[in-house]
Amino acid sequence: MISLYRMPSLGADMEAGTLIEWVLQPGQTFAKGDVIAVVETQKGAIEVEVFHDGVMGRQLIEVGQTVPVGTPLAELEAAMVTPPDQRTGVQSGGLTEVLSESLPADMTASAIGVTEAAPPLAPSPQAPFPKLSTPVAPSSGESPPRSAPLIPPSPSMPEAVDPRASPAARRLAQQRGLSLDGLVGTGPGGAIVLADVRSAAVALASGTPQAAPRAPAPSPTVPPLATPAASATAGRRPAHPGLDLAAMRQAIAAAMAHAKREIPHYYLSQDVDLTPASDWLAQRNAELPPERRLLMGVLFIKAVALTLKGFPELNGFDREGRFEPSAAIHVGCATAIRGGGLVAPAIHDTDHLDLDTLMAKLRDLVARVRSGGLRASELADPTITVSSLGERGVDRLYGIIYPPQVAIVGFGTPRPAPWVLEDRVVPRQVVTVTLAADHRHSDGHRGALFLAQVAQRLHEPENL
Amino acid sequence: MSTAMTKDQILAATLEELTNVAPDLADETIPPDADLREVFDLDSMDFLNWFTALHRRLGVDIPELDYPKLRSMDDVATYLAARLGGL
Repeated sequence: MISLYRMPSLGADMEAGTLIEWVLQPGQTFAKGDVIAVVETQKGAIEVEVFHDGVMGRQLIEVGQTVPVGTPLAELEAAMVTPPDQRTGVQSGGLTEVLSESLPADMTASAIGVTEAAPPLAPSPQAPFPKLSTPVAPSSGESPPRSAPLIPPSPSMPEAVDPRASPAARRLAQQRGLSLDGLVGTGPGGAIVLADVRSAAVALASGTPQAAPRAPAPSPTVPPLATPAASATAGRRPAHPGLDLAAMRQAIAAAMAHAKREIPHYYLSQDVDLTPASDWLAQRNAELPPERRLLMGVLFIKAVALTLKGFPELNGFDREGRFEPSAAIHVGCATAIRGGGLVAPAIHDTDHLDLDTLMAKLRDLVARVRSGGLRASELADPTITVSSLGERGVDRLYGIIYPPQVAIVGFGTPRPAPWVLEDRVVPRQVVTVTLAADHRHSDGHRGALFLAQVAQRLHEPENL
Repeated sequence: MSTAMTKDQILAATLEELTNVAPDLADETIPPDADLREVFDLDSMDFLNWFTALHRRLGVDIPELDYPKLRSMDDVATYLAARLGGL
């Protein structure tokens, strides 16, 4: 049985992706979770995975091609007869993104989003992804027409004449006002790829005066996207491989505009005495070599994940105004990219991980944000976001929800502050925790209880 | 090996490990006296990864209490040199 592997959606803001590498070649066998290809998106080069065992079949697009989400990329042959795996994407608008389905190879893009469960040849056992297999109104009429071209062809964007260049490279060159003629291509067959345009743009920009600091003026609405330390990178040029910061900026703009337009946010804030947690952490780290030390951010993430178990209305997805809770807790960890932009990839099943494991995963995640190699599932799966400003930030941040999630928790920079303790004012280490949540799915009263419980957990760091 | 290292060698090792943990800085010219937090946006995770790598490479542990005084490549190299017994 042959199924199609389609360009996955890695978020509400993703419309298309560019194939930059086939990892699997026709005939190769693979196991669930293996990386089939590397796709360039607005979030950088992402490794996309398969969701069942099988054998790689025909490749339907070539390296360098940019195709809309949902376009078939390859044929997969099932290792044995299995029910068609389904996976819920995180497109806003309640789209079901079926990454792999039992459809004939020539199925048109218009069928995407429809769970065409071809009659299974064998009685299907339970879905392999119980937590994700909830059918998400596949036939809901609100879905945008998927057969429409997702990236409107721009009249001034001629298709591959000379020189050869990837569509993404052309687009960027056009945005930057660069001519492709003078560029040296490093892609397949000497084609000009995004990285070439980027380095040309950087070379062009060097020698020009540094841009003004990007740090936003203090404002009551600090976007969460200016998280950790990204805000004060006074005009340094981005030096991030495989990442198109202009495209990422557009993606962030689209997602945040959507959030501000559609989601009725409510905001809560709580100062928390962090002294017990800081003391506990300092004492613990003092006895350990650097590789085993923890960062405070890990305690924050764990406290949120554990607390979420009692607040299902904050953990899940908005599907066209209806709430779809998630049984699993996958905390998206907002991570700034030096030079601008950010991503918030998931640490899966955060609530089940002990602090050491969580720290290891966070290290790994941040390393891959810096150097590339994020997995598609990490981008698509977060059920809530935690944004932590770290050491060099401000007291508090007011988050903007990343659709289709319904909540974001923000941690300001911990600071010494006067605190009333048993009728005396004493200096304590204090952090301000904020919650921005979707008022369609939860109320301030519950949100307040949530923050109070997060605070309580931080008072007992040994139980995290 | 460590006893024979000069300050320049330590500085080179320090830079190499820094660009390993922050590959996005590989193309940057990093002045030895630049405040890495302020100018290059290094965060606590970067510092921890960097110190972890230096610990592995040179065998010098940098306790958390000393983090605040280590703000530049020079700071770190001088600190490591002192701890390695040279200079």
